[in-house]
Amino acid sequence: MSANTTMTPAPIAEPEQLQPQAGGAQQITAVGRGNKGDLALSTVSQVLLSFWAVLVIFPFLWMIMTSFKTNSEILFSPWNLPDTLQWQNFQSAWTDAHIGRYVWNSLVVIAMSLTGTLLVSAMAAYVIARFEFPGNRILFYLFMAGLMFPVFLGLVPLYFLMSDLHIKDTYYGLALVYIAYSLPFTIFFLVGFFKTLPGEVAEAAIVDGASQFQTFFQIMLPMAKPGLIAMGIFNFLGHWNQYLLPLVLMQDESKRMLSQGLGMLAIQQGYQNDYGALFAAMTITMVPTLIVYILFQRRLESGLTAGALKG
Amino acid sequence: MYYRKYRLIIPFLLPALILYGVFVLFPYGRAFYISLTSWRGVSANMPFVGLDNYRRLLTETRFMEALTRNLQLLIVLPLVTITISLLFAALFTQGGKGIRGSSFYRIVFFFPQVISAVIVGMLFTYVYNPQYGLLNGFLRGIGLDSLTRAWLGNPATILWAIAAVAVWSGVGFYMVIFIASMQSIPTSFYEAAVLDGATRWIQFRDITLPLMWETIRTALIYIAIAALDFFTLVQVMTGGGSSGSARKAEVAALYMYNEAFTKSRWGSASAVGVILLILTLFLSVVIMRVTRRETYEY
Repeated sequence: MSANTTMTPAPIAEPEQLQPQAGGAQQITAVGRGNKGDLALSTVSQVLLSFWAVLVIFPFLWMIMTSFKTNSEILFSPWNLPDTLQWQNFQSAWTDAHIGRYVWNSLVVIAMSLTGTLLVSAMAAYVIARFEFPGNRILFYLFMAGLMFPVFLGLVPLYFLMSDLHIKDTYYGLALVYIAYSLPFTIFFLVGFFKTLPGEVAEAAIVDGASQFQTFFQIMLPMAKPGLIAMGIFNFLGHWNQYLLPLVLMQDESKRMLSQGLGMLAIQQGYQNDYGALFAAMTITMVPTLIVYILFQRRLESGLTAGALKG
Repeated sequence: MYYRKYRLIIPFLLPALILYGVFVLFPYGRAFYISLTSWRGVSANMPFVGLDNYRRLLTETRFMEALTRNLQLLIVLPLVTITISLLFAALFTQGGKGIRGSSFYRIVFFFPQVISAVIVGMLFTYVYNPQYGLLNGFLRGIGLDSLTRAWLGNPATILWAIAAVAVWSGVGFYMVIFIASMQSIPTSFYEAAVLDGATRWIQFRDITLPLMWETIRTALIYIAIAALDFFTLVQVMTGGGSSGSARKAEVAALYMYNEAFTKSRWGSASAVGVILLILTLFLSVVIMRVTRRETYEY
């Protein structure tokens, strides 16, 4: 709950920043009066961009605001601020609607899947990037092929595979699947990253008698920290928001992941009409992504767009 | 030395290979076989039926309608998303210098991309609500009462109301990619063009577009694949539904999901997966060929 109180000011502060910036643009154009085309263009740009910014921010602000309202306020005055903050919406989302349980489930799975993804991908990417061996390129493209396949193709066999291995409806089973499906992009990104690291340090370590394992864990891995952080954030968001895989592989109600639990809540009888709790549940699910996003926005952007630019 | 090298390579590759092989490659491969059977999941033996599932799917109105919706999305989503994000990216980078407040806009525009599609879908279900939803409220507020409707309850608007949400959440991502690509174009090109008296539009058409063509192609393929895999938004915004007007937004992936996990028709569901794969590969090749231009090195 305290996470909520500290986070709400951030998004609310954003539209206020819009004003001084729009004003600033006018000052600039007033100075550059010489060029009428520039003035018109920059005014039009500001209008268009502010319009889209409002279009993006407003629904989220409305969602947070609505999560503090009573049911009748939501239905009969959707545009107004709440009379009193209905904190019990969060209470009932967290306990009665089991959102607290789903948050815990997600954290358990992500703790395993994130560590696993980074470790397994870093080892494979390191070898692919820095060692010559027969089949090196083929291996790289084999992993890359995973980026092209539609997830839906493997869904049915995956479901039966998990039951056959008796790891359906288990935390670590789902974590293993998350790791496997995160490998292609993470390996792709880290191969590029390891290739840019200078080789001299590693060679010096080998000459000084360090084993290949020591060289990797004590020298190369720390050097690759920025790349690992970018992929850590990227995969955290991916695993936190993952919906389809748990929908199929976590059918035990008490083990639902957060996005999945939220989606089920939306179509579940009885919660369809408790709007306050539903909006509180949505807000709770969004807050961790909002925090991660605001803290790491730069790194995340470069990580997410790297694939598209190199592709 | 040789021996020592492999002592590292093999244990470092094995975990990734095993996980990828067992949970990704093996299911993909097995899906082809299951699609040739009429397996219902109960017994161990899978009756082999050849191409029957495919034959039935391709003659079934409901599936073909779902697939047609994917094809409609395939045309509309890339066109609209790329146009809007190109426009924004161009506004951002105009004249080589950034625009006021650009880092604020970037943070905001990109944000929907990192939010769970489930939240986005639920949120917009309420935005579109006929009585208390924001969209109809806004239309009434500005006197356009005649435009208000049950966006998700109306067979004519449901699919496009959902597609609009996909555009809304995707624009920021492609904009950021396009900005990066535009900023890598040397400013000297524009300076030379200005000396020659080229207008902004001509600069954009003759310098910017050709030099960032590779990035646009990549974006096209990304969005095309997303249009074929379109699922979460539709499932959440139609209540998982295949009833009433919700049927009018059913896409191939949702059809497949219900075929598998509510009807236990595993063979048929797998056939849908294979059809989606074939379409994905086919489309990627077509897009690469159709959009092939001379690439410019700079």
